Amino acid sequence: MDDLVRIENLSIRYGEKAVVRNVTLAAPRNGILGIVGPAGSGKSSLLTALNRTIDFVPSARVEGRVTLDGADVRSLDISDVRRRVAMVLPLPVGLPMSVYENVAFAPRMVGVKRRAELDEIVERCLTQAALWEEVKDRLNMLGTRLSGGQQQRLTLARALSTDPDVLCLDEFSIAIDPVTTMRIEAVLMELKAHMTIILVTNLLMQARRIADVTAFMLNGELVEVGRTGELFVFARDPRTSDYLAGKFG
Amino acid sequence: MTTPIARRRPSPWIRYVEFVIEGLIRVCGLSAIVFILAIFLFIGKEGIGFLLTHLGGMLSSTDWSPTHDTPTFGLVALLVGTVWCVGLSLLVSVPVGLAAAVFLSEFASDRWREFLKVVVELLAAIPSVVWGFIGVMMLNPLLQSAGAQVGLNGLNGAIVLALMTLPLLVSLGEDALRAVPESYRQAAIAMGATKWEMVWRVLLPAARRGLLVAVLLGVGRCVGETMAVLMVTGHAVRIPHSLYDPVRTLTATIAAELGEAVRGGEHYQALFALGILLFFVTFVVNLVADYTVRARRMG
Repeated sequence: MDDLVRIENLSIRYGEKAVVRNVTLAAPRNGILGIVGPAGSGKSSLLTALNRTIDFVPSARVEGRVTLDGADVRSLDISDVRRRVAMVLPLPVGLPMSVYENVAFAPRMVGVKRRAELDEIVERCLTQAALWEEVKDRLNMLGTRLSGGQQQRLTLARALSTDPDVLCLDEFSIAIDPVTTMRIEAVLMELKAHMTIILVTNLLMQARRIADVTAFMLNGELVEVGRTGELFVFARDPRTSDYLAGKFG
Repeated sequence: MTTPIARRRPSPWIRYVEFVIEGLIRVCGLSAIVFILAIFLFIGKEGIGFLLTHLGGMLSSTDWSPTHDTPTFGLVALLVGTVWCVGLSLLVSVPVGLAAAVFLSEFASDRWREFLKVVVELLAAIPSVVWGFIGVMMLNPLLQSAGAQVGLNGLNGAIVLALMTLPLLVSLGEDALRAVPESYRQAAIAMGATKWEMVWRVLLPAARRGLLVAVLLGVGRCVGETMAVLMVTGHAVRIPHSLYDPVRTLTATIAAELGEAVRGGEHYQALFALGILLFFVTFVVNLVADYTVRARRMG
């Protein structure tokens, strides 16, 4: 299988506390990898190791490695990694600037200046994030004034603005309504033609709906990974089938 | 059988205690307003008549000679002196103070931050007269060796004022920066911004109102500062033409002359008129700061 992102023997500790234990996992090119598991199973920590936002946590120790198209993310320029591996966090973060500038933020940082080019990027990303129709007449409004669901889509648009190779979404739907969630899921299905998507979610049905491959994590360990259709029906490990059947979690 | 708690009542005199305490708190709160009004009335009573009759002359002359046979009360030089010192000092203290605030809040390690904050707070606790000493004993010879004819001049005053306002700017600025949600920082950095780009493009715009309030309170402090500027500015009534020219401020004039002015005389009233002006300036600055804070809470 052609894997864009490979996680090899990855362990993460916060001080003494191990939160990810020796996980090996790969995300297919042009596919959606779903990661499910109860709270505290290390899913979010795993994501932060991908674009190295884990560096924000001073006590975090990372062992093993993550490769992006064959290159260790620790050997690449950190800002490059973060442009190539975009992240959408559980709670929306509208930056305190206009809707337009929120999306133009990353392109501007790499030196895109021409208005027409920025306009094009902003419209494309907002359209991809299913937000364009709602905000096209008020692009100059402060991004933080949008509703929660809109801000989350703005966050998604911003993540798409770098044309990333990998899009990581950490429980993107907990702050937004079901209708918007479904719209974004539809968008993700389209986007996967251009990029690798890694979706951490607590909604089992969400993983079932859109993930091509699903991984189940428990207490920092990767219990099982498989094609979504198979995993949900024929899990090999009893813990996986119990969790997927809603017996704990 | 005992009555359940829900059916019991507290003893009636609790209500009286409550009443008395409420009254005391009310008096305390009102007293603040009363004091402000009293100060305003006091200064106003002594100075407003003079201010109204002489304002035109005061604002059109640079000659402040209240003790001459034919006294003149030209304010312009004093106003310019004040604005000169405050403006110069802000040129130094605002960039340095805000940069220090950014360093403390974003770049310093926790141990450095704790240490530096203690130092900054110590700076804030130095009495103004001690700053005057530093100006006279250290900056004075330093400026002279740098080419000033007199070391006690507007630049000296501005430097001392800048040093005095720095702690205020640093600690208020740091508060404003730390009030910016962590998620903004992480979002910017997760978009591939470097730390500096994050500070410049996200943090400073997000904290701008808080930083503005810090600057405005710094201005208020500068305008009102008296003892140190009295000691180090050279106290000469003139419009400065170079950094090394001595100047005189409104506050220093009041402090230096009130003791010698004949009570109730013209000079005395003129000084109170200066007081009204100062009061007005600091009042406006505080009002703007207050309005900015409010706007921040709403926005």
